[in-house]
Amino acid sequence: MNLLVGALSVGLLLSLLTLGVFLTYRVLNRLDLPTDGSFGLGAAVAAMLLANGVHPVTATVIATIAGWLAGAATGVVHTAFGVDTLLGGILVSTALYSVQLYVMHGGDVSLAAADTLPGLAERMWTALGGPAQVTLFGTSVSAGNIAALVLFVVFVLGSMFLMERFLRTDLGLAVRATGDNPQMARALGVDVGFMVTLGLVMANGLIALSGALFAQYQGFANVQMGLGIVVVGLACLIVGEALVGRSGPARQVTGVLIGTIVFRLLVAAALRAGLDANALKLVTAVFVLIALVLPRALGRALRPSPRPPVAA
Amino acid sequence: MSGAALELIGLRHTFFPGTPSEQRALEGVSLTVDPGTFVVVIGINGSGKSTLLNGVAGSVTLDEGIVRIGGRDVTRWPEHRRAGMIGRVFQNPFSGTAPHLTVAENLAIASQRGRSRQLFRLGLSSGRRAQLAEQLASMNLGLEHRLVTPTGVLSGGQRQALTLLMATIVRPAVLLLDEHTAALDPRSAEQVLRLTEETVARDRLTTLMVTHSMHQAVRIGDRLLLVHRGRILEDFSGPRKRRLRMEDLLDRFDQLRNADMLDESAAEMLRRAYV
Repeated sequence: MNLLVGALSVGLLLSLLTLGVFLTYRVLNRLDLPTDGSFGLGAAVAAMLLANGVHPVTATVIATIAGWLAGAATGVVHTAFGVDTLLGGILVSTALYSVQLYVMHGGDVSLAAADTLPGLAERMWTALGGPAQVTLFGTSVSAGNIAALVLFVVFVLGSMFLMERFLRTDLGLAVRATGDNPQMARALGVDVGFMVTLGLVMANGLIALSGALFAQYQGFANVQMGLGIVVVGLACLIVGEALVGRSGPARQVTGVLIGTIVFRLLVAAALRAGLDANALKLVTAVFVLIALVLPRALGRALRPSPRPPVAA
Repeated sequence: MSGAALELIGLRHTFFPGTPSEQRALEGVSLTVDPGTFVVVIGINGSGKSTLLNGVAGSVTLDEGIVRIGGRDVTRWPEHRRAGMIGRVFQNPFSGTAPHLTVAENLAIASQRGRSRQLFRLGLSSGRRAQLAEQLASMNLGLEHRLVTPTGVLSGGQRQALTLLMATIVRPAVLLLDEHTAALDPRSAEQVLRLTEETVARDRLTTLMVTHSMHQAVRIGDRLLLVHRGRILEDFSGPRKRRLRMEDLLDRFDQLRNADMLDESAAEMLRRAYV
């Protein structure tokens, strides 16, 4: 398969993961650890349903709902029982591992024989009279791959648009204020616990959806799939913010999309250049660490004024 | 039901009860405030004045007592629900605004205080933006030109002025000001104080302002409460408040200080005699 189209497709469907990580890490200002579990859970639920002949759309929707439930569980552990989000997240994530094993009746589910969303897209492509081969970036791409790519583009752009809109509604502003300054939010009548839970529900839904699409794209689900995926999401987020900036929802959401695609292209290029696939997680983790520490180290070296002076 | 805007009955609160750092912040505070009254609360550090305000707002859950706002018993309401009736400005200029959101977005959130947050309505329609700009312009701070600036880059004075507007953009039944000029430079403090007086007078707001500035306490407000060791020791209102001078207040504080020192030295004497 064409490397570029492959990286682009994976980048697109992982951008939903990054969008979920963005919603928790940047908007709610807390790290969402069940990310790993939700991604795997979405993949597991979708794969299990598909292997049993459920319609791809139904299976994908149910996988997303499973992610909502995982997010709600984290939210309740945090708000109702007062466990902090980091520990609560570890608890939910650990529990989800068992849930995944139960859902999949073991560690692996193959989707080779099952109907999937990319399969559905391919049939629609052919039915609409799309050509069997398309030349893209100088190489020919099969109808199946191009149909999947078109599907992901529509799906992801739609999600990005809706998220950008949401962040500008009254409800979205309340969620953002909750993450930015909970004391202020409370003083203005915002139910902070509810907003945190809502954000976690939305984020984990997106992450599970991303997992469900990823499983369908690669043709199998595996209980290890989600392992360390939150770090991948962070890496994509950081790349996007470096490229696009982070002032305002439109820029932020665009950054999520572009960051994920660029990151996947970098990964594909690195693997092609001979990077050991086993080292991928290590390299990603080191990259995130550097990206987190570097600005602070640079700031200390350059000593800028802490705040731009503003006349009263 | 009474016609009082704010009614506090027997408020008591102890921090860290049963530990060596136990601190009795409120020891039975009762207070009735008539609608439209500007009450200034003064006291030294640790007198319980901030706990009093936090108890009204619901950020501290009091051990005992009843809080009524506009005749409604809100004692069991959580903070965010009480916020529907309360506007607040904090001492720390960073506390009242969301730094990464713009001036307009902060105001949009404030304009929904006490209402449900809608999913299908944009926080900033063009009509709403124009209205917010107009309200900002009336404060004469130039903030109407900075609607899309993140509040994090504003000066402390600008932020407190913005917080004041956010607290009053939906008319609060009670306005709570917790030493809201204490962290500002003198010029900004003066400006924010002037804005406060104008806003309170224009909207006839029932206000509780905590301060430790005697200068402010004497100059501002219709009624002055002196809080000490969790109790209201003095309550000046009407002509008594208007006649009050700095020297009177200083004398009263000196008396308190002497009484406290007497207590301590007496205790020390007893300790020496018996231990």
